Amino acid sequence: MEGSVTIPPVPKPVAAPPGSGGSKGAVEGSATWRLADRIGLAICWGLGLLFCALAVAIVLYLLVQGVKYLRPEMLTTPAAAGFTQAESGGFSDALIGTLIVAVMGISLALPLGVATAVWLVEYGRPVALARITESTIEAIAGIPSIVLALFGTVIFSSTALSFLSRSSEGVVFGRSFFAASAMLSLVALPLIVASTREGLNAIPRHVREASYAVGKTKAATTRRILLPTAKPQIATGAMLGLGRIIGDTAIIVVLLGATQNFAPVEDAVFPFNYLRGAGTTLTNFVYEASPTGNLNQPEKAYAAAFVLLLMVLALNAAVDIVHRRARKVGTWSS
Amino acid sequence: MEFLSPPPPPIRRLPLEDPPAATEALPLPAPNGNGHAAPGRSGFTAAKRSISAPQFSIRRMEIDKVSVFYGAKEAVKSVSLPVRQGEVLSLIGPSGCGKTTLLRSLNRLTELTSQARLTGRILLDDVDIHQIEPTLLRRRVTMVFQQPNPFPMSVFDNIAYVIREQGSRRMRKKALEPAVHSALDRAGLFEEVKDDLDHPALKLSGGQQQRLCIARALAAEPEVLLLDEPCSALDPKSTQVIEDLIVKLRDDVAVVIVTHNLQQAYRIADHVAFMYLGDLVEYNSATTLFGSPREQRTREYVSGAFG
Repeated sequence: MEGSVTIPPVPKPVAAPPGSGGSKGAVEGSATWRLADRIGLAICWGLGLLFCALAVAIVLYLLVQGVKYLRPEMLTTPAAAGFTQAESGGFSDALIGTLIVAVMGISLALPLGVATAVWLVEYGRPVALARITESTIEAIAGIPSIVLALFGTVIFSSTALSFLSRSSEGVVFGRSFFAASAMLSLVALPLIVASTREGLNAIPRHVREASYAVGKTKAATTRRILLPTAKPQIATGAMLGLGRIIGDTAIIVVLLGATQNFAPVEDAVFPFNYLRGAGTTLTNFVYEASPTGNLNQPEKAYAAAFVLLLMVLALNAAVDIVHRRARKVGTWSS
Repeated sequence: MEFLSPPPPPIRRLPLEDPPAATEALPLPAPNGNGHAAPGRSGFTAAKRSISAPQFSIRRMEIDKVSVFYGAKEAVKSVSLPVRQGEVLSLIGPSGCGKTTLLRSLNRLTELTSQARLTGRILLDDVDIHQIEPTLLRRRVTMVFQQPNPFPMSVFDNIAYVIREQGSRRMRKKALEPAVHSALDRAGLFEEVKDDLDHPALKLSGGQQQRLCIARALAAEPEVLLLDEPCSALDPKSTQVIEDLIVKLRDDVAVVIVTHNLQQAYRIADHVAFMYLGDLVEYNSATTLFGSPREQRTREYVSGAFG
């Protein structure tokens, strides 16, 4: 079959920007193109470069500002009331708060999202229910997080859920790390479902059948073949979801209380006293420390933003590593 | 599927008990790979096809008036066939004739398609396969697919996965080693991969991957091995290796192979079933079916008039 077909030589991708003369040797240049096409190509180049420049500018600016203003003690001292920068402390509570919502949010969203995706792709019956589930998840993805936060206040202020936040004299405060993490997990959930589905759908049908054809159950196939194969995509979804969680501000402001420090409840044991209490995260700290916020200490806002940026970059690097590992295992020839 | 170079020589088989008296006066040229008669290549005829009667044959499966429907469409129409250990049974026919559907119904893989419905009986050692729990049945009747599809794990784990209990990670590597090695050995792969058992299976060559899939199917210790065009994605050299292997395996397991490649059926099958539009047109020994087919439609198909 192969070999009988002569494949026409594929022209090398056009690498020359317009105006550079283009056609050297046999490589196709854009110099001979119609004017409209050349303008189009120029716009593509321009936009590509613009976004590169934008990203580089943001990272570089924050890097410079961060290095300039970040002091190690900011990571270890909580915010404090004070009249000068020296007295107002750092953002250790916000940093720990971010870590708490990240861990709690993703540990809710990941199992839920993966399970939903497995059900949708591998079972998905009755079809009507699967359709409804799909649209629901898409709807959640489209809801602004501030709306989710408002909805969260209704739920978590109910008496039945008083054990998740502070309550006194029958009034439930409804703001806590539990409440915020639960709603933040909804922000991450659609991303995890989408990328897990993508990963599962990319596995050819005959691979599943090969597992069934040696007497394996659907459950065993899913656990030992499908989920490990979809791991890179699941990881991508989890990292994107984490990024959204640590980047969200609205839910923190509305559902975490947005205090400057931890505000643990008195009537619970560690760590539940903290988790049931209000708190803050880096995004909220950046907002408060920015010139619009109550603290108005932009230097510390830059320092905190820099830490946030480092966390996001670390997530991206982690996704990269997972994908690179997966590439070593190889994939099916189509 | 089709060979560009001259096809590999037919597999050497055990000497004929009955010299090819019946095939000397062949009315037809032998089929070539792409289903077209090859004029002037009559060298590749039954004379070279030194096919032997199998040493023995035990009936393992019985397909009894089986029809398979996809919705209203009848893909297989009341087909009856025996499947015997000691021989290779080949299902041939043009695309869409129902041969793959029939093959997949032998281990109830058709059930995974929601609208598929089956009537008639399929017996495995005189027990209706629909009385057997599907996972048990599929360990007794395993299948190899058209595309090499090792699991994305190491060579060793591909086989170990089959031997282990459902989803379990129990049984240490050491305890599994003999069984894994023997499965690889039966598929003729052990010598090539014995130093690379920890390497990812998907980095093997296509032919090696397909033999790993055969090893995986054999690791379940099946009684019947189903092969769905196992060589169609492979080069001629790998094809020959796998054909040799299939013939070797026929004494241990009943082999059913679906193939588009008439030449392949001609080389390795003991019995051939020709299907057309869901009907079983002719079931006969390979020599007879290719040499002097009973039915006009078979004659036309094997001589390349259609297909």
